[in-house]
Amino acid sequence: MAKHTLSVLVENHPGVLSRVAGLFSRRGFNIDSLAVGVTENPEVSRMTIVVDGDDYIVEQVSKQLNKLIDVIKIKQLDKNDSVSRELALIKVNATAATRGEIIQIVEIFRAKIVDVSKNTLTIEISGGTDKVAALEDMLKQFGIKEIVRTGTIAIERGNKYIKVTNNDEE
Amino acid sequence: MRLTGAKAIIKALEMENVEVMFGYPGAAICPFYDALLDSGIRHILTRNEQGAVHAASGYARVTGKTGVCVATSGPGATNLITGIATAYMDSIPVVAITGQVSSELIGKDVFQEADITGATAPFCKHNYLVKNVKDLPRIIKEAFHIASTGRPGPVVIDIPVDVQNRELDFIYPDKVDIKGYKPTYKGHAQQIKRVAEALENAKAPVICAGGGVVNANASGELLELVNKSGIPVVTTMMGIGSLPSKHKLNLGMLGSHGLYAANYAVHNADLLIIMGARVGDRAIAATNKITEKAKIIHIDIDPAEIGKNIEVTVPVVGDVKLILKDLIDIIKPLTIDNWLDTINKVKSEHPLKNRDYTDSNTVNPKYLLTVLSELTGEDSIITTEVGQNQIWSANYYNVRKARKFITSGGMGTMGYGLPAAMGAKIGVGKEKVIVIGGDGSFQMSMQEMGTIKQNKLGVKIIIFNNSRLGMVREIQKVRYCGRYSQVLLDENPDFVKLAEAYSFRGERISTNADVKDALARMLSDDEPYLLECIVDPEEPTL
Repeated sequence: MAKHTLSVLVENHPGVLSRVAGLFSRRGFNIDSLAVGVTENPEVSRMTIVVDGDDYIVEQVSKQLNKLIDVIKIKQLDKNDSVSRELALIKVNATAATRGEIIQIVEIFRAKIVDVSKNTLTIEISGGTDKVAALEDMLKQFGIKEIVRTGTIAIERGNKYIKVTNNDEE
Repeated sequence: MRLTGAKAIIKALEMENVEVMFGYPGAAICPFYDALLDSGIRHILTRNEQGAVHAASGYARVTGKTGVCVATSGPGATNLITGIATAYMDSIPVVAITGQVSSELIGKDVFQEADITGATAPFCKHNYLVKNVKDLPRIIKEAFHIASTGRPGPVVIDIPVDVQNRELDFIYPDKVDIKGYKPTYKGHAQQIKRVAEALENAKAPVICAGGGVVNANASGELLELVNKSGIPVVTTMMGIGSLPSKHKLNLGMLGSHGLYAANYAVHNADLLIIMGARVGDRAIAATNKITEKAKIIHIDIDPAEIGKNIEVTVPVVGDVKLILKDLIDIIKPLTIDNWLDTINKVKSEHPLKNRDYTDSNTVNPKYLLTVLSELTGEDSIITTEVGQNQIWSANYYNVRKARKFITSGGMGTMGYGLPAAMGAKIGVGKEKVIVIGGDGSFQMSMQEMGTIKQNKLGVKIIIFNNSRLGMVREIQKVRYCGRYSQVLLDENPDFVKLAEAYSFRGERISTNADVKDALARMLSDDEPYLLECIVDPEEPTL
């Protein structure tokens, strides 16, 4: 099924995340990833939710989310008209023999090495989900010890932006 | 004005014109109950918190106001849960106030602590855990606003005991501003025009009226629309009373336990207008069979209901009362005589099954409800329990007005009818309030007879006693080859003696010949009364 990215503005209250997460589980919707953080307005947080499902599911998700009192606004982001990124930290086995090759791969991906030890390297990569997956694939041969990902965040291109009160575009 | 949190709650409830609340005290809500002593608000002490929330719901449904119930932390709050879920499923405005353990102890698993905001989140419209006493006026204002506007529903306010004891400068807000809550009332003119066009082109239209028509107080508009256009109507369980049961264009309740003609109309229509109904599975199970033949218009105040259970041709979001008013202005009388003839033919070929009433060993519940309909007035209230008694009442009692038939439609909560009748009785004063129950569901809330007695509530209780869980037994008979499992209630108590123990008058009848006089005796005054009717366990639901 297709993946859809929803940007959701919510009240920056305790308990809002659990309301949103609870809604997904009790209505049988699948969350691919969910990332949340405060916006330029400290009273408002923004969630980026990637949903797995068809158009019916995405419409239902949006409508049901809208019913939550703490949800202020929802917008489905167009893949072609938005930028999406996620950050991953990957800890990979690295010996004296393999370290050079790993560093080359990291450079090709414009990723960064953020920690090194005698037998590991920790790599920071940010990019679209595909890019992160491609790097992960390349690093598998060395033995990945640990991966941690933030989940996707996304923003619209150009002059469009999502605000609490005014219209979506200016 | 400097007030404690507890006094501020009372003051806020007074500002919301709350006349009565239903509740049960406990340690964590004691400051509130102390402040209540200095207030004029009536409080009804129930025998279980579940009785309190159902009573608040019954009160809300007959009055159209928001019902209020109160409970303490932990088990008090969790006992409300079934009632909150019941109110949520039926879109009933209820504000539930719960005590909570002291703020600094939350999360420590202390005595009588339960996370009630977490527990109720899936089935309340909204809830609050009040952490700062300064927020109390705003939260209470918002809670009543949210519960009673848009699609109504229950709102829970959980208030730690220390917050009730802290002081604040009390200023009650005169309006609310919730960024994420702005219900749509006015229907989109273009969409309403499309409805009128669809109607003009329809050869076989039918309206399905749900609880939303009752909630919106739109039964007058529905009647006007039906009289002007001649469109036949089916109702959901929650829509009963939105059009008088005996109106010539009312085909009765649809669904798995509904009437043949109602289901025929819905399944053979070329245009189905759903208003204030959510197309629940008990009403319409196979939606694709209907959409094959019919265009669907769905009018609802909750946009999330539109397209959820059935594919819709013309959606109209808004208040059904306002939308019907707009529609009445532009609609023309329809020429659908062929369709009406067909429906009337089906109706006369498939009448309600009235069995032989001369049987002398039992009371036929369908007959009793028919007789009861003749003895009650248009403003009399019927509440029901859940099971066969509910379906018998829905199909055989003549409901003449909206807000007079009170039943747990969505949740199907046994034990709802009796406490709902208490709340209803307080809401309507002198009008007759009659609860129809079975011996099974009555016993889920029968302790509330204590509340009825203590508060001298003239609730009339009719029990159809077949010493069975009749509805489940019927399912086991039909679908499980008569393998009856845990549906016998033999050794029931003597219900008449039980009534006597509570100083009620009571009577047991076991023949149809006794029905009329017994009902007349029951209805002769405004005192509590229990009428036990011995019913044949084989009497079918339909």
